[in-house]
Amino acid sequence: MVVNHQQSRNMATLKAISIRLKSVKNIQKITQSMKMVSAAKYTRAERELKAARPYGEGAVQFYEKAEVAPPEDEPKQLFIAMTSDRGLCGAVHTGVSKVIRTRLSEPGAENIKVICVGDKSRAILQRLYSKHIISVCNEIGRLPPTFLDAARIANAIMTSGYDFGSGKIIYNKFKSVVSYAQSNLPLFSRNAVESAPKLAVYDSLDSDVLQSYMEFSLASMLFYALKEGACSEQSSRMTAMDNASKNAGEMIDKLTLTFNRTRQAVITRELIEIISGAAALD
Amino acid sequence: MEFQPQYKITMSYTLRSLLRTVSRKLQVRSYAAEAAAPKEGEMAFTFAAGNKVFYDKQVVKQVDVPSFSGAFGILPKHVPTLAVLKPGVVTVTENDGKQSKIFVSSGTITVNEDSSVQVLAEEAHPLENLDRAAAQEALSKAQSEFNSAANEQAKAEAAIAVEVAEEIVKAASA
Repeated sequence: MVVNHQQSRNMATLKAISIRLKSVKNIQKITQSMKMVSAAKYTRAERELKAARPYGEGAVQFYEKAEVAPPEDEPKQLFIAMTSDRGLCGAVHTGVSKVIRTRLSEPGAENIKVICVGDKSRAILQRLYSKHIISVCNEIGRLPPTFLDAARIANAIMTSGYDFGSGKIIYNKFKSVVSYAQSNLPLFSRNAVESAPKLAVYDSLDSDVLQSYMEFSLASMLFYALKEGACSEQSSRMTAMDNASKNAGEMIDKLTLTFNRTRQAVITRELIEIISGAAALD
Repeated sequence: MEFQPQYKITMSYTLRSLLRTVSRKLQVRSYAAEAAAPKEGEMAFTFAAGNKVFYDKQVVKQVDVPSFSGAFGILPKHVPTLAVLKPGVVTVTENDGKQSKIFVSSGTITVNEDSSVQVLAEEAHPLENLDRAAAQEALSKAQSEFNSAANEQAKAEAAIAVEVAEEIVKAASA
């Protein structure tokens, strides 16, 4: 408050400027080390993502090749928002939440339920759409995602008691260090798969096999989406923190300049005071 | 070399297999390009696990998989099917006859109409990486957990652990 008051008269004291300068320097140190940390985490995430890509593609192949379509008589849908608990990473989480928010603001939204993976999507969606959220998973993003995490989420979806006809997993698909885009993976109920036009060509299917198959492929898709999300998040945090460090650098430059100028002004003023005092005595 | 469509159908098997050996030789030279676009009648085999990718759309000769409805072999042009992996050893015979044996814990098998095969496992490791002593230890631990399981769910989970550990011991000692 004091700083503001003095700045409005363009007479910031030396003390106020040096306090500000110090705090900006500290912020820069923090953002710089956060960038280093996420750079290390990003390299690991990218390596793991490379291994997970064929896995995710393989899991979706069956649904594509069997031409499974969402059932028309079952309007209930499930959306899964793949985000994480951690912020300070650009628009990664808002992007995913925005896709869901747009869908929820369209007509027919009363048939849609949402599962939030990660605290961030919950924080964004709960204010306006809390009645759509059926469950939230947190503790995502601190450690690299594992298959066990995916299996737990899949289990939570399966035991949620919500009979959806179709759905989507909304996640960030990693493209390069500087770009990612929201993408989605399809979810289907067993009825939808059973009524797929090309299912008949598949041999020796019984409902047990189909059930186990679908459960596992749900976990695989979630695993893949988690990996893509983690990689996008780290790369985006890296860029965000790099920008923050740059901005802090600019601010430090400006503040140093003001600090030096003010110091010079103080010295000049004191000199004038001494000289004019001496002159008055003569 | 271009064939008329009718001629293609009546083309003798010897000629076809000759062609295939030639294409196989080519494959050795330009494996990446060949693997990217498997030809008609060959199977594009994807074998991935949570920890590693073993094959990505590569062309292989045969795959033997253990499933809940019994172990079976997959050759090119297998009838489309879905199956669930059982703990056990997946044997992949590559085009040059090299066999690799990989242990899987659980997962799915998909054979599609276009002869592409996906084996997705939760966890998979080559057989030579398995340690028999460690597997034995895991087995006895799983058994004691099974015996001391308090409720149905814990019992079922321990039963799965026992089954997996038994298979690992079997695979490691073979």
